[in-house]
This record gives sequence, structure tokens and C-alpha cells, in this order.
Amino acid sequence: MAKITLKNLSHSYLEKQNNNADWALRDISIDWKDSGAYALLGPSGCGKTTLLNIVSGLLKPTKGNVLFDDKDVTTLNPVERDIAQIFQFPVIYDTMSVYDNLAFPLKNRGLSDGEIASKVKEIAEMLELTSTLKNRASGLTADGKQKISLGRGLVRSDVNVIMFDEPLTVIDPHLKWVLRSKLKELHQKINRTMIYVTHDQTEALTFADQVVVMHEGQIVQTGTPVELFEKPKHTFVGHFIGSPGMNILPCEIKNGEVNFGGQKISSHNSIKKSNFSKTQIGIRPEFINFSKEGIPVKIKRVSNTGRHKIIDTECTGGKIKILSNASTEIPSGSTHVTFNKKFTYIYGDNWIIE
Amino acid sequence: MNKTINQKAWLFVIPVFVLVAFNAAIPLMTVVNYSFQETFGNNVFAWEGTRWFKQILLSERFHAALGRQIAFTFIILLIQIPLGIGIALTMPKKGWGVPVCLILMSMPLLIPWNVVGAMWNIFALPDIGFLGYTLNAIGFDYNFTQQPGDAWFTTILMDVWHWTSLVVLLSYAGLNSIQPAYYQAAEIDGASRWATFRYIELPKMKKVLTLAILLRFMDSFMIYTEPFVLTGGGPGNTTAFLSIDLVKMALGQFDLGPAAAMSLIYFFIVLLVCWVFYNLMMKNEAQS
Amino acid sequence: MKKYKWLVPTLYIVFLMLPIYWLINMSFKTTTEIINTYSLWPQKFTTENYVKIFTDSTWYMGYVNSITYTVFNTILSVAAALPAAYAFSRYKFLGDKHLFFWLLTNRMAPPAVFALPFFQFYSSVNLFDTHIAVALSHCLFNIPLAVWILEGFMSAVPKELDETAYVDGYSFGRFFFKIFVPTIAAGIGITMFFCFMFSWVELLLAKTLTATAAKPIAATMTRTASTSGYELGLLAAAGTLTIIPGAIVIYFVKNYIAKGFAMGRV
Repeated sequence: MAKITLKNLSHSYLEKQNNNADWALRDISIDWKDSGAYALLGPSGCGKTTLLNIVSGLLKPTKGNVLFDDKDVTTLNPVERDIAQIFQFPVIYDTMSVYDNLAFPLKNRGLSDGEIASKVKEIAEMLELTSTLKNRASGLTADGKQKISLGRGLVRSDVNVIMFDEPLTVIDPHLKWVLRSKLKELHQKINRTMIYVTHDQTEALTFADQVVVMHEGQIVQTGTPVELFEKPKHTFVGHFIGSPGMNILPCEIKNGEVNFGGQKISSHNSIKKSNFSKTQIGIRPEFINFSKEGIPVKIKRVSNTGRHKIIDTECTGGKIKILSNASTEIPSGSTHVTFNKKFTYIYGDNWIIE
Repeated sequence: MNKTINQKAWLFVIPVFVLVAFNAAIPLMTVVNYSFQETFGNNVFAWEGTRWFKQILLSERFHAALGRQIAFTFIILLIQIPLGIGIALTMPKKGWGVPVCLILMSMPLLIPWNVVGAMWNIFALPDIGFLGYTLNAIGFDYNFTQQPGDAWFTTILMDVWHWTSLVVLLSYAGLNSIQPAYYQAAEIDGASRWATFRYIELPKMKKVLTLAILLRFMDSFMIYTEPFVLTGGGPGNTTAFLSIDLVKMALGQFDLGPAAAMSLIYFFIVLLVCWVFYNLMMKNEAQS
Repeated sequence: MKKYKWLVPTLYIVFLMLPIYWLINMSFKTTTEIINTYSLWPQKFTTENYVKIFTDSTWYMGYVNSITYTVFNTILSVAAALPAAYAFSRYKFLGDKHLFFWLLTNRMAPPAVFALPFFQFYSSVNLFDTHIAVALSHCLFNIPLAVWILEGFMSAVPKELDETAYVDGYSFGRFFFKIFVPTIAAGIGITMFFCFMFSWVELLLAKTLTATAAKPIAATMTRTASTSGYELGLLAAAGTLTIIPGAIVIYFVKNYIAKGFAMGRV
């Protein structure tokens, strides 16, 4: 159990770095509180696994420090850091029984047989593996194997942090739910810092109290699922989270006023600066309403997902997606829409203007 | 993979079947034919029943050759398998070292077998060979053409030189197919180097190692050319392994009957061991 | 410990190279020098051994013979093994498992067992001392090997590939040569490498089945050793030259070797 601090971390897999693209991670600083549940969310190749491996000690960062409870552990290996990590696909020791698999990390740390037996029993019960303890681990199904990997992480009571690297990738969809709720339940039960890496927003948002969104080696926003949804700090967050993602529309700023397709738009954030090479409006499809006046749009297509309707529209400023209840009457042809001011943000060079 | 039943597939197999049968079945029938008969030349044969088989199975000469053969195969397996694994474990995984290792290590495998024998002959000769000269220079009384112990040492060293690379390449390929996550998990679980080898690397190499042992058993049990060129089976008969003894009997002494019987017994031993191995391998594959 | 890890493969490679170096060293010495003095490198550097080999037809024809039957065998083995391996990887048919095992048993047959019957058999069909005889006899162990390696590669190709092609209206022949063969090109390359290798290094059968017209280089060498006294320099030069085709072949397939072995089929 520990607080984890990352200070100005940068990492590159190359010997020499010429530009930003050569860095897998760029200047990451973050504080993770003790016994919190965090998710690292981002698309493939955004650097989240690199960051995870730096926290666990499998990788040494090119620059910066990793601190556990304010103690610098940057140069320590995974064993010295006392961490647990669960990988994308189940890693099990084929030749061992389920029991021996779970006991392995404890045996390596020289615990007595009695202690090992009681710990393994406890964890096996928690993960519902008790009946298979004597079986060969290689004979289990994918989710059973992943439970073993999980169990090996949980069996040690002293771990500082448990890390999950997209642990549900190989699990069948109907079992994903089961394992995910199991994880959440375990977090409440054992109360340890957990970091969960995924590219699946549903997984991230249901698991974590705090979600860290990564994009091109940088952290673009950290916040609760609600914050990420309601106030994305970067156009990437708006676009990546939510289904469909945020409408990002080009706009012009003149004299502190926002102009979109010939219309004046009022936004939640006030515009103090305007020296950007690119300015955009961000508005989620959920917060756009049809009305008698406002921005004139043409309805292009309506698709019904059951609970919602997604409406594709077009206006002079660009294409706008609108999400409405399934029961809402959709006007046909040309109509007008208004943006809910509270959830309308202006972005300069992709970052929210504050 | 789900295979469909299709008897016409036999048509695809016919060329292979014909070519191999042409080479295997007909000569094998000849061998069987000889093994039950006595020949007096000019195609005159007399039925001998199982006499040759009894004679071979009871002959001290055969027992001695078989004994030498088993000892030789056993020793080289004992050296080459662990050595091969050890070298594979220390080989570089990336960078310029990989092609260099692969190319240089494969070299001995592509040298004609009698050249291997000839090369080792001049390499080990006590007066002009590097190995023989060096050993004598540092105080060993070494001469593989005279002393049986030295002949064995040289033959085994030659085989280690010739074939360990096969084990290395197989093990290396097996090691490379292990996902990095396994090593990372082991590191996090606090596994020692030995435990990582024992519980991750060795189980993952099981398949290629079975194959390596099988191949090395087969080929070392059939070894002929290299020791024939190196020592000629000598001094005396001390390095006359089964094949050398067999060729001596068949082509040298023209004892066709006993040689044929010995061929069949010999073939049968190899088949039996391989059959057991093959079944074990199939069982493993079914498990995983 | 990790720091000195490179020592093991390095020492092993040194061990592998020493006898080869010695052979090359000898090949540049005169036979008199070899017999009379011990030296780590040629004192009187000479290429006369190589000149002799390249000017004397009994020598260089040995190379031509070896390469001829090896190439012929490689083509024959792979051509025959391709459809068979396809059948084994895609279909079940009467006796398939037995047939497969029987094929493999031939890889297990000691060539010494077959030497004499081969001699008599190929003599009786008038093929003795021809390249065809050696190429055909090497099929005994190379075809099972080729079938085995190719079957491994083909099994790794999903059956959906075949099915898609048939749905798209390909005939079997067109599918096989236009789509399937290119897909397993790496596998075919590796198979050819191993067929070439085993045919090139084998001597017992090649020697038994030839006299003069198709005599392999390796057999020519044995003659030198036994008849005209020990012409060691010549022997060493000829030996050195036999290493070259192998080295060239390895260089071209180096990227595939590890992959081929990884298939677990060698």
C-alpha cells in the first residue's frame, strides 16, 4: 500500500531522440493516492503500457523519478518495489498445479509452508478457485488462467500496488463483466492501490475512481469519469470518451466572441487569450437540442440504437452529431439547433482555454 | 484444424508414396530376402530360416558393436542437449550478434560428413594437427590412432562439434517463441534465474527439445561416415559402431545373410525407440 | 554474470571455427610442409592445391556431380512433397496417420542398411553411376523430411484461405499455385534448404551408387586419401571448397533458419 508519485517522467526506446515522436512518454507528472483505483486510458501506442512498466520497475525511465510513499524507487527492480502486475494474456506456469502457481511468489520470498497454505486458501476462495487447486494450471480456460495470474498478484499481502495491463483482452465478453465486477469487489475488500490500463472506456470508467487519459505519450487529463465526460480538457478526451464522441467544430474568435458558421456561440469557458493557430468548439451530442432558432442544420441521417437516436446533421460550419432519447420526435429536412452553454467549451490548439 | 474426409487426397500422396516406396520397399524386401537365405553367388540361394538372426543376436561381435553404439549415443546426448540449451540461453536476442551466431553456428551442419571426418583427422593428428599437437605439448600423451580412449574422446568431441549447433538452433527458436510477459511475470513473482529456467523456459522448450533428442538419437545411432573417416573404426574395433560394423560385414566380407539380418535388427531398434518417442510427442501435442 | 554472457557463444564459435581454420590453413600449404613442419599458418603460402582442383577434371567434375544430384534431389523432393503435405494438412483419408508414420520411419532408416540393396537395385535398373540414381536414393530421407516440414507450415495457414478462394471461383490448380504456394513461400524456402543440406552432406549412398561418371566430390576426396598416399594439401583444399556451397546457402536463408526451427519441424 503506497502513494505513488511520478516526477517528470520521460522515456524513449531509442538511443537518441530528435523530436517528440521519438519519445514514448513525455514529461509525465502524477500523484496516485494510497488505495485508490486508477485507470490509464488511451488508444494503442499512446504509451500507457510503457508507463505501467516504468511504475512496476520492468523498465527504467530515460528521465525522471518514480516515488513510492515519497521514497525514490527509480532504480529498484520489481521485487524490491513489491508490486504485482497482471498481463494482457494469462501468464501461468504450465507445469505447476493451480495451488503451486498461487504459492510461487510466496515461496520465492521464503515464507513458511503454513503461511503459504493459509494465504493461498484465502485467495483461492476469493477468486472461486478452491475446487481447482489441485488441477494442472495449463488445463484451465482463459478466464480461469487469468484468475490465477490475478491470484498471484493478490496473494502477497505486502504489495504496494497492483497493476493490470489490459487484463480482459482475451476473456469472452460475457465473462468480462463477471471478472470486472470481481475486480471492483476485490478492490473494496483488500483496499490496495490499483492501476488498470485499458483502451476500453467502459472498463476504465466502471473500474476507476480516477481516470488518467493518455495521448501520444502525454497525460491529457486526469479526473473522475464524470469530469472527463462533462469537461474534457483536451479535444482528444472529448473525442475518445463518449459514444459518439464530442463534436469538435472549427470556429473563429474575434474580440472575445466565438463565431461558428456565421453564428455567435456562447461557451462555458471565457476566452482570455486568442493567439492560437487553431480554435475549436467542443460540444457533446448529448447537449445539443433542436429548437426554432439557432444554428440552421440539415438532417442527413437518423440511426436508432434502441435507447437513443443518433442524428447526423450538416451545417455551414461542419458536420454535427446529435444524441437524443429514442422517444424524441426528430424534425425532418432543415431545422435549427442550440448548444447547451454549460457544456460548450472552446479549445485553442486542442487544449481547453482557461 | 478440422480436416475434411476426402479419399481423393490419396491422389496427392501418390508421387511421394511411389518415390519412397521405390526407394524403401524394394531394397527392404531385398534385405528381408537375404536375411533368410544363404547365397553362393550366381543367384543361387538356400533357405536358412532364422539362422542368421539367431547367429547375430547371439554373436559377441554384435553385442560389442551395439554396446559401443548405445554408449556413444548416450554420451553425446548427455553432452549435446545440456550444452546446446546452455549456449542457446546465452545467445544474443537481437542486434548484429544474431545473424553472426546463426550463420557461424550452422556451418558445421552443412559440411559433407566425410569432410567432417577428414577435417577432424588432420585437426587431431598428434604430429601435425592443432588439437593433437597442443594436447601433447601441454603434457598429455594423446594419439587417437593408437589409444582407444583418445579415439573415443576425439570421436565424441567431433560429434559435439558437428551436431551441438542443431540443439542450439532448436532451443534458440523455442526460447524466442516465449512471450516477454512470462519473463516479466517471473521477475515480479521474484523467481530466481534457475526458477525462471525450470518453470518457464524448460516447459516452453519441451516440444523442440523432444525433437532435438529424437533427431540426435536417430542420427547418432546411424552414424557412419564421420568416425569411418576419422578412425576407420579403430584402433582395433574400439570405435566400430553399428553402421561401420554392418558395412564391414556386408561390403567388406560379403556376408550378405548375417549382414541383412543385422540390418533388420538394427532398423528395428531405431524404429522401436522412435515409435515410443513419436507416441510421447503426439501425446504432448494432444495435451497442449 | 550477465556481463560475461557473451563469452559462452563466443567460446563455442571459436571451438567451431578452429578445425575449419586448420583445414583452410592446411589447404594453403604444400603437402611436404604439412608433413614436415607444424605451424599455425602457412610458412610458404601456396594456391597450387586449388589450381590443381580447378584444372583437373576428376576433381572439379566431382563438384559438378555433387551439385547436380543435390539440386535435382531438392527439386524432386519439394515437388513431390508439396501436394502430399497439402493432403496431410487438409484432409483425412484412409490410412493417413499410418502413411505419415511410415514416411517418417524412412528418415529413421540407417543408410548403411540400404547401401547394399541400393547398389544391387540401381544396377539392375541400369541407373548405377548416374546423377538420377543418387537423387532418387536421397529421396528416401529427404521426402519424409520435406513432407514433415511443409505439413507444419501448411497447417499454420487457416483453412479459410482455401475456402475463400473457392468461393471466389478459383479452380484448385489456380488456387494452389497462385495463392497457396506464395503464402507458404518461406516454408518452401526452408524445406529446400534442408533438402539441399542433407543431400549435400550425405556420402554413404552417394558413394555406393557411383563409380566415375557421377562420383561426388566428397568421394573423390576419399580416393586421394587412400591411393596416392596422403595428399593432405589437396585434401584440405577440396574440403575447404565443399564448405562454400553450404555457407552460401546459409547466408541466403539466415533469416528463415530460426523461423524454420521455430515451427518445430526439422
